[in-house]
Amino acid sequence: MSIMQDSREATMIGRKSDGTPIRRPLSPHLQVYDMMQLTSALSISGRITGVIWSLGLLMLVWWLVATATGPSAYASVSWFMTSFLGLLGLFGLTAAAWFHTLNGIRHLAWDAGYGYDIPTTYKSGRWVLIGTAVATVLTWLIAIIAWAS
Amino acid sequence: MAGNDYARNTTLRSPLGRVRGLGSAKGGTHHWWMQRVSSAALLPLTLWFALSAASLAGAPYEVTRDWIGHPLNAVLLLAAIGLAFQHTASGLQVIIEDYANQEWVKVGAILATKAICWLLAIASALAVLRIAVLRVAV
Repeated sequence: MSIMQDSREATMIGRKSDGTPIRRPLSPHLQVYDMMQLTSALSISGRITGVIWSLGLLMLVWWLVATATGPSAYASVSWFMTSFLGLLGLFGLTAAAWFHTLNGIRHLAWDAGYGYDIPTTYKSGRWVLIGTAVATVLTWLIAIIAWAS
Repeated sequence: MAGNDYARNTTLRSPLGRVRGLGSAKGGTHHWWMQRVSSAALLPLTLWFALSAASLAGAPYEVTRDWIGHPLNAVLLLAAIGLAFQHTASGLQVIIEDYANQEWVKVGAILATKAICWLLAIASALAVLRIAVLRVAV
Protein backbone atom coordinates (compact mmCIF):
# COMPACT_ATOMS: atom_id res chain seq x y z
CA MET A 1 0.00 0.00 0.00
CA SER A 2 1.35 3.38 -0.96
CA ILE A 3 0.88 6.74 0.76
CA MET A 4 -2.65 8.14 0.52
CA GLN A 5 -3.15 10.68 -2.25
CA ASP A 6 -6.79 11.29 -1.67
CA SER A 7 -8.88 11.64 1.50
CA ARG A 8 -11.49 9.27 0.09
CA GLU A 9 -8.95 6.46 0.20
CA ALA A 10 -9.53 6.04 3.92
CA THR A 11 -12.99 4.72 3.12
CA MET A 12 -11.62 2.52 0.33
CA ILE A 13 -9.22 0.56 2.52
CA GLY A 14 -10.47 -2.68 3.93
CA ARG A 15 -9.06 -5.90 5.34
CA LYS A 16 -9.41 -9.39 4.03
CA SER A 17 -10.53 -12.07 6.46
CA ASP A 18 -6.87 -13.00 7.07
CA GLY A 19 -6.18 -9.42 8.17
CA THR A 20 -4.15 -8.20 5.20
CA PRO A 21 -5.15 -4.71 4.06
CA ILE A 22 -6.64 -4.34 0.58
CA ARG A 23 -7.92 -1.49 -1.55
CA ARG A 24 -11.61 -1.55 -2.25
CA PRO A 25 -13.13 0.11 -5.32
CA LEU A 26 -15.20 3.27 -4.94
CA SER A 27 -18.90 2.62 -5.18
CA PRO A 28 -20.47 3.09 -7.66
CA HIS A 29 -17.23 2.73 -9.59
CA LEU A 30 -17.63 3.49 -13.28
CA GLN A 31 -14.94 1.12 -14.56
CA VAL A 32 -15.16 -1.89 -12.24
CA TYR A 33 -18.79 -2.85 -12.70
CA ASP A 34 -20.27 -4.29 -15.88
CA MET A 35 -22.85 -1.71 -16.87
CA MET A 36 -24.50 -4.19 -19.22
CA GLN A 37 -25.87 -6.02 -16.19
CA LEU A 38 -29.42 -4.98 -15.28
CA THR A 39 -28.48 -4.44 -11.63
CA SER A 40 -25.54 -2.09 -12.21
CA ALA A 41 -27.25 -0.37 -15.14
CA LEU A 42 -30.30 0.46 -12.98
CA SER A 43 -28.03 1.50 -10.12
CA ILE A 44 -26.19 4.15 -12.12
CA SER A 45 -29.48 5.12 -13.82
CA GLY A 46 -30.83 5.98 -10.36
CA ARG A 47 -28.11 8.60 -10.04
CA ILE A 48 -28.40 9.84 -13.62
CA THR A 49 -32.19 10.25 -13.35
CA GLY A 50 -31.67 12.07 -10.04
CA VAL A 51 -29.40 14.57 -11.79
CA ILE A 52 -31.90 14.92 -14.66
CA TRP A 53 -34.67 15.61 -12.15
CA SER A 54 -32.47 18.23 -10.44
CA LEU A 55 -32.22 20.01 -13.80
CA GLY A 56 -35.96 19.47 -14.31
CA LEU A 57 -36.62 21.40 -11.09
CA LEU A 58 -35.35 24.47 -12.98
CA MET A 59 -38.41 24.10 -15.22
CA LEU A 60 -40.65 24.03 -12.10
CA VAL A 61 -38.96 27.17 -10.74
CA TRP A 62 -39.40 28.94 -14.07
CA TRP A 63 -43.08 27.89 -14.29
CA LEU A 64 -43.85 29.09 -10.73
CA VAL A 65 -41.90 32.37 -10.99
CA ALA A 66 -43.39 33.14 -14.42
CA THR A 67 -46.94 32.57 -13.16
CA ALA A 68 -46.23 34.86 -10.20
CA THR A 69 -44.79 37.50 -12.55
CA GLY A 70 -47.77 37.80 -14.89
CA PRO A 71 -49.47 36.77 -18.17
CA SER A 72 -46.59 37.70 -20.51
CA ALA A 73 -43.98 35.75 -18.51
CA TYR A 74 -46.44 32.85 -18.35
CA ALA A 75 -46.83 33.05 -22.13
CA SER A 76 -43.05 32.61 -22.57
CA VAL A 77 -42.84 29.56 -20.31
CA SER A 78 -45.92 28.06 -22.04
CA TRP A 79 -44.32 28.74 -25.41
CA PHE A 80 -41.13 26.94 -24.37
CA MET A 81 -42.92 23.98 -22.78
CA THR A 82 -45.06 23.41 -25.89
CA SER A 83 -42.14 23.82 -28.30
CA PHE A 84 -40.50 20.71 -29.74
CA LEU A 85 -37.48 21.02 -27.42
CA GLY A 86 -39.71 21.74 -24.41
CA LEU A 87 -41.97 18.75 -25.06
CA LEU A 88 -38.97 16.49 -25.61
CA GLY A 89 -37.43 17.73 -22.35
CA LEU A 90 -40.66 17.32 -20.41
CA PHE A 91 -41.18 13.81 -21.80
CA GLY A 92 -37.63 12.81 -20.84
CA LEU A 93 -38.12 14.40 -17.44
CA THR A 94 -41.38 12.46 -16.91
CA ALA A 95 -39.65 9.16 -17.69
CA ALA A 96 -36.62 10.03 -15.53
CA ALA A 97 -38.86 11.14 -12.65
CA TRP A 98 -40.95 7.95 -12.72
CA PHE A 99 -37.83 5.81 -12.93
CA HIS A 100 -36.21 7.62 -9.99
CA THR A 101 -39.45 7.33 -7.98
CA LEU A 102 -40.02 3.62 -8.65
CA ASN A 103 -36.33 2.77 -8.20
CA GLY A 104 -36.47 4.80 -4.99
CA ILE A 105 -39.27 2.57 -3.68
CA ARG A 106 -37.01 -0.40 -4.48
CA HIS A 107 -34.21 1.23 -2.48
CA LEU A 108 -36.52 1.90 0.48
CA ALA A 109 -37.54 -1.78 0.44
CA TRP A 110 -33.86 -2.80 0.44
CA ASP A 111 -33.15 -0.41 3.32
CA ALA A 112 -35.99 -2.03 5.25
CA GLY A 113 -34.37 -5.42 4.56
CA TYR A 114 -36.64 -6.78 1.82
CA GLY A 115 -35.84 -8.08 -1.64
CA TYR A 116 -32.08 -8.00 -1.43
CA ASP A 117 -31.44 -11.47 -2.90
CA ILE A 118 -30.23 -11.68 -6.51
CA PRO A 119 -33.37 -13.17 -8.18
CA THR A 120 -35.69 -10.64 -6.44
CA THR A 121 -33.33 -7.79 -7.35
CA TYR A 122 -33.58 -8.71 -11.04
CA LYS A 123 -37.34 -9.18 -10.82
CA SER A 124 -37.92 -5.82 -9.07
CA GLY A 125 -35.57 -4.17 -11.56
CA ARG A 126 -37.69 -5.38 -14.46
CA TRP A 127 -40.83 -4.15 -12.69
CA VAL A 128 -39.23 -0.73 -12.28
CA LEU A 129 -38.66 -0.57 -16.06
CA ILE A 130 -42.20 -1.74 -16.86
CA GLY A 131 -43.66 0.63 -14.26
CA THR A 132 -41.67 3.56 -15.67
CA ALA A 133 -43.02 2.93 -19.17
CA VAL A 134 -46.63 2.54 -17.96
CA ALA A 135 -46.54 5.59 -15.65
CA THR A 136 -44.90 7.79 -18.32
CA VAL A 137 -47.52 6.85 -20.93
CA LEU A 138 -50.38 7.37 -18.43
CA THR A 139 -49.05 10.80 -17.38
CA TRP A 140 -48.87 11.90 -20.99
CA LEU A 141 -52.33 10.50 -21.75
CA ILE A 142 -53.69 12.72 -18.97
CA ALA A 143 -51.72 15.68 -20.35
CA ILE A 144 -52.96 15.11 -23.92
CA ILE A 145 -56.58 14.73 -22.76
CA ALA A 146 -56.27 17.92 -20.67
CA TRP A 147 -54.69 19.75 -23.57
CA ALA A 148 -57.36 18.69 -26.06
CA SER A 149 -60.28 19.66 -23.82
CA MET B 1 -3.15 -16.82 11.55
CA ALA B 2 -4.39 -17.57 15.03
CA GLY B 3 -8.04 -17.22 15.89
CA ASN B 4 -7.41 -14.16 18.06
CA ASP B 5 -6.04 -12.22 15.11
CA TYR B 6 -9.25 -12.77 13.18
CA ALA B 7 -11.21 -11.44 16.13
CA ARG B 8 -9.17 -8.25 16.23
CA ASN B 9 -10.13 -7.29 12.69
CA THR B 10 -13.75 -6.59 13.46
CA THR B 11 -13.85 -3.38 11.42
CA LEU B 12 -13.31 -2.70 7.75
CA ARG B 13 -12.05 0.81 8.53
CA SER B 14 -8.31 1.27 8.65
CA PRO B 15 -6.70 2.80 11.76
CA LEU B 16 -5.48 5.67 9.56
CA GLY B 17 -9.02 6.36 8.42
CA ARG B 18 -10.12 6.64 12.04
CA VAL B 19 -7.32 8.93 13.25
CA ARG B 20 -7.91 11.24 10.32
CA GLY B 21 -11.29 11.99 11.81
CA LEU B 22 -13.20 10.04 9.20
CA GLY B 23 -14.61 7.64 11.75
CA SER B 24 -17.82 7.92 13.70
CA ALA B 25 -18.78 11.48 14.55
CA LYS B 26 -22.05 10.24 16.07
CA GLY B 27 -23.97 11.80 13.20
CA GLY B 28 -22.86 9.59 10.34
CA THR B 29 -26.31 8.26 9.54
CA HIS B 30 -28.12 11.61 9.70
CA HIS B 31 -27.52 12.56 6.06
CA TRP B 32 -28.46 9.06 4.89
CA TRP B 33 -31.56 8.96 7.08
CA MET B 34 -32.81 12.41 5.98
CA GLN B 35 -32.43 11.26 2.37
CA ARG B 36 -34.80 8.33 3.14
CA VAL B 37 -37.24 10.51 5.11
CA SER B 38 -37.46 13.13 2.35
CA SER B 39 -37.86 10.42 -0.29
CA ALA B 40 -40.76 8.85 1.62
CA ALA B 41 -42.42 12.26 1.99
CA LEU B 42 -41.87 13.06 -1.68
CA LEU B 43 -43.59 9.84 -2.85
CA PRO B 44 -47.21 11.04 -2.37
CA LEU B 45 -46.26 14.64 -3.25
CA THR B 46 -44.70 13.50 -6.55
CA LEU B 47 -47.77 11.46 -7.43
CA TRP B 48 -50.02 14.43 -6.66
CA PHE B 49 -47.86 16.94 -8.53
CA ALA B 50 -47.35 14.75 -11.63
CA LEU B 51 -51.11 14.20 -12.01
CA SER B 52 -51.88 17.89 -11.31
CA ALA B 53 -49.23 19.20 -13.69
CA ALA B 54 -50.40 16.81 -16.43
CA SER B 55 -54.00 17.99 -16.06
CA LEU B 56 -52.80 21.63 -16.28
CA ALA B 57 -51.28 20.99 -19.73
CA GLY B 58 -52.19 23.82 -22.08
CA ALA B 59 -54.07 25.65 -19.31
CA PRO B 60 -54.52 29.43 -19.71
CA TYR B 61 -52.78 31.84 -17.32
CA GLU B 62 -55.79 32.38 -15.02
CA VAL B 63 -56.40 28.65 -14.53
CA THR B 64 -52.75 27.93 -13.63
CA ARG B 65 -52.57 30.98 -11.34
CA ASP B 66 -55.77 30.01 -9.51
CA TRP B 67 -54.61 26.41 -9.17
CA ILE B 68 -51.29 27.48 -7.57
CA GLY B 69 -53.12 30.01 -5.38
CA HIS B 70 -55.63 27.52 -4.01
CA PRO B 71 -54.78 27.09 -0.30
CA LEU B 72 -54.49 23.28 -0.44
CA ASN B 73 -52.30 23.36 -3.56
CA ALA B 74 -50.17 26.21 -2.18
CA VAL B 75 -49.47 24.30 1.05
CA LEU B 76 -48.61 21.08 -0.79
CA LEU B 77 -46.46 23.01 -3.29
CA LEU B 78 -44.51 24.67 -0.47
CA ALA B 79 -43.95 21.29 1.17
CA ALA B 80 -42.88 19.76 -2.15
CA ILE B 81 -40.49 22.66 -2.88
CA GLY B 82 -38.76 22.39 0.50
CA LEU B 83 -38.47 18.60 0.40
CA ALA B 84 -37.48 18.45 -3.27
CA PHE B 85 -34.60 20.90 -2.91
CA GLN B 86 -33.44 19.29 0.36
CA HIS B 87 -33.47 15.86 -1.33
CA THR B 88 -31.77 17.24 -4.46
CA ALA B 89 -29.02 19.04 -2.55
CA SER B 90 -28.16 16.00 -0.45
CA GLY B 91 -28.32 13.66 -3.47
CA LEU B 92 -26.01 15.87 -5.53
CA GLN B 93 -23.70 16.15 -2.49
CA VAL B 94 -23.25 12.36 -2.43
CA ILE B 95 -22.46 12.30 -6.16
CA ILE B 96 -19.91 15.12 -5.76
CA GLU B 97 -18.32 13.36 -2.76
CA ASP B 98 -17.99 10.16 -4.79
CA TYR B 99 -16.50 11.63 -7.94
CA ALA B 100 -14.65 14.85 -7.02
CA ASN B 101 -11.12 13.84 -6.08
CA GLN B 102 -9.68 17.15 -4.94
CA GLU B 103 -10.72 18.56 -1.61
CA TRP B 104 -11.26 22.16 -2.78
CA VAL B 105 -13.28 21.01 -5.80
CA LYS B 106 -15.41 18.83 -3.54
CA VAL B 107 -16.07 21.47 -0.89
CA GLY B 108 -16.59 24.21 -3.48
CA ALA B 109 -19.02 22.16 -5.54
CA ILE B 110 -21.04 21.09 -2.50
CA LEU B 111 -21.30 24.68 -1.21
CA ALA B 112 -22.28 25.95 -4.67
CA THR B 113 -24.94 23.22 -4.99
CA LYS B 114 -26.38 24.10 -1.60
CA ALA B 115 -26.39 27.83 -2.39
CA ILE B 116 -28.19 27.28 -5.71
CA CYS B 117 -30.73 24.91 -4.13
CA TRP B 118 -31.46 27.35 -1.29
CA LEU B 119 -31.93 30.30 -3.67
CA LEU B 120 -34.14 28.35 -6.09
CA ALA B 121 -36.23 26.98 -3.22
CA ILE B 122 -36.73 30.50 -1.79
CA ALA B 123 -37.59 31.90 -5.24
CA SER B 124 -40.16 29.10 -5.85
CA ALA B 125 -41.67 29.49 -2.38
CA LEU B 126 -41.92 33.26 -2.84
CA ALA B 127 -43.68 32.74 -6.19
CA VAL B 128 -46.25 30.40 -4.60
CA LEU B 129 -46.79 32.73 -1.63
CA ARG B 130 -47.13 35.77 -3.89
CA ILE B 131 -49.82 34.08 -5.97
CA ALA B 132 -51.62 32.70 -2.90
CA VAL B 133 -51.58 36.03 -1.04
CA LEU B 134 -52.51 38.18 -4.05
CA ARG B 135 -55.42 35.84 -4.75
CA VAL B 136 -56.89 36.82 -1.38
CA ALA B 137 -55.99 40.52 -1.60
CA VAL B 138 -57.46 41.18 -5.07
